[in-house]
Amino acid sequence: MTLHLEIWRQPGPEAGGGFVSYEMDDAVPDMSFLELLDVLNERLERAGEEPVAFEHDCREGICGSCGFLINGRAHGPLRGVTACQLHLRHFEDGERIVLEPWRARAFPVVKDLVVDRSAFDRVIQAGGFVSVNTGSAPEANALPVPRADSDRAMDAAACIGCGACVASCKNAAAMLFAGAKVTQLALLPQGAPERRRRAAAMVEAMDAAGFGNCTNERECEGDCPKDITFANIARLNREYLAAKLTR
Amino acid sequence: MRWLLDLLSTSIGKKVLMALTGLFLVLFLAVHLYGNLYLYAGEEAFNHHAESISGNALIRIVEVVLFLSIIAHAVSGVQLTIRNRRARPQRYRVKRRAGFSTLASRSMIVSGSVVFIFIVIHLRNFFYEARFGRAAAGESLYRVVSETFALPGYAALYVIAMVLLGVHLAHGFLSALRTLGIEHQRYTPVLRGVGLLLAVGFAAAFASMPIVFFVRSLA
Repeated sequence: MTLHLEIWRQPGPEAGGGFVSYEMDDAVPDMSFLELLDVLNERLERAGEEPVAFEHDCREGICGSCGFLINGRAHGPLRGVTACQLHLRHFEDGERIVLEPWRARAFPVVKDLVVDRSAFDRVIQAGGFVSVNTGSAPEANALPVPRADSDRAMDAAACIGCGACVASCKNAAAMLFAGAKVTQLALLPQGAPERRRRAAAMVEAMDAAGFGNCTNERECEGDCPKDITFANIARLNREYLAAKLTR
Repeated sequence: MRWLLDLLSTSIGKKVLMALTGLFLVLFLAVHLYGNLYLYAGEEAFNHHAESISGNALIRIVEVVLFLSIIAHAVSGVQLTIRNRRARPQRYRVKRRAGFSTLASRSMIVSGSVVFIFIVIHLRNFFYEARFGRAAAGESLYRVVSETFALPGYAALYVIAMVLLGVHLAHGFLSALRTLGIEHQRYTPVLRGVGLLLAVGFAAAFASMPIVFFVRSLA
């Protein structure tokens, strides 16, 4: 199949960028999107040109490294799928596809389709952890966890921190990401003691990083490759308010 | 008090302020609509009701809270919008929606701004006339209202503003509740319905008055 790619090329963080067109007449429907870029990069390297920079690691949809806008949707048009797991059979032969990096003040472009997502790391460093003393693990049955809570915590823990929520949000807000992390930890007994401090610290870090604010439009959920639900944002609001009103 | 100022300086804190003032304004709309419906009960009933509330001390106090709420809602709305625009300095060349946002949710700043401008004009035409102007000088407030509604420009502005108020509420009511952390798979669909009902109900009921009075003025 033939695909017409238009890819954002930007040599470095401070350099200007622009779209460059590439004709891919050797695309195969069974290729993943990243494999298509691999083929393009081999061609570019053979021609002595600079390959397209993009992030990737596991290529199994679980690491959160990959991601860019494919025709205006974070990770492409399918729901619950990362760019690495998106196959070309979902595109039409001869289709024109525009690839753009996540755009947010908090995610500056490093090169081409790669953005610096260390703002997420700073949010996690602020509170996305559980402080435990090392030692032998306690007896598992000594800590009863309601099944519904562990399910909800596990669903939230599916967040891979790829940044698609920020990319798809019209305000470049990181609320879905922070909400998932807060939910995952607050609902389990190990994370409960720090839940108030955590919510307050993560929201502060989010504001400091330059993310926008949630306007409750739920677009993030629609573009999340891990189907993290919007309800996590309301929980973050609850946790944050409880923290601010009681601490 | 420092914790309160601290809260109001954060993004979620500002949104909570917007949510609380917004919900208070919805409550006010209900009270305002109740008073307006006296317009359909005739001149005497309307004027009597207007006099009875303007002499009420509690109303005077709530009035101050109301004005402060409108200002706080508008100011924090503008502040948050500016912050949100700054969070994405470079726009996408191609951006498609996942399909959850609505025209109402995307245009809150537009609908809100028009309603705000309307409120200023509206206060000049009615609140000022009732409290300090023609009605305060002894003229019938009902007459002031029916004469104002007979102006095609004002009647049209009123109707447009009420449609946009409905659009604003269609997203705003549920959004305010979510900002306060109220979200549950059992109740959210019901609350969304309540929000839409309030949006359509308020818009239709308020807009009916200038329409009816304008049509009457033609006869």
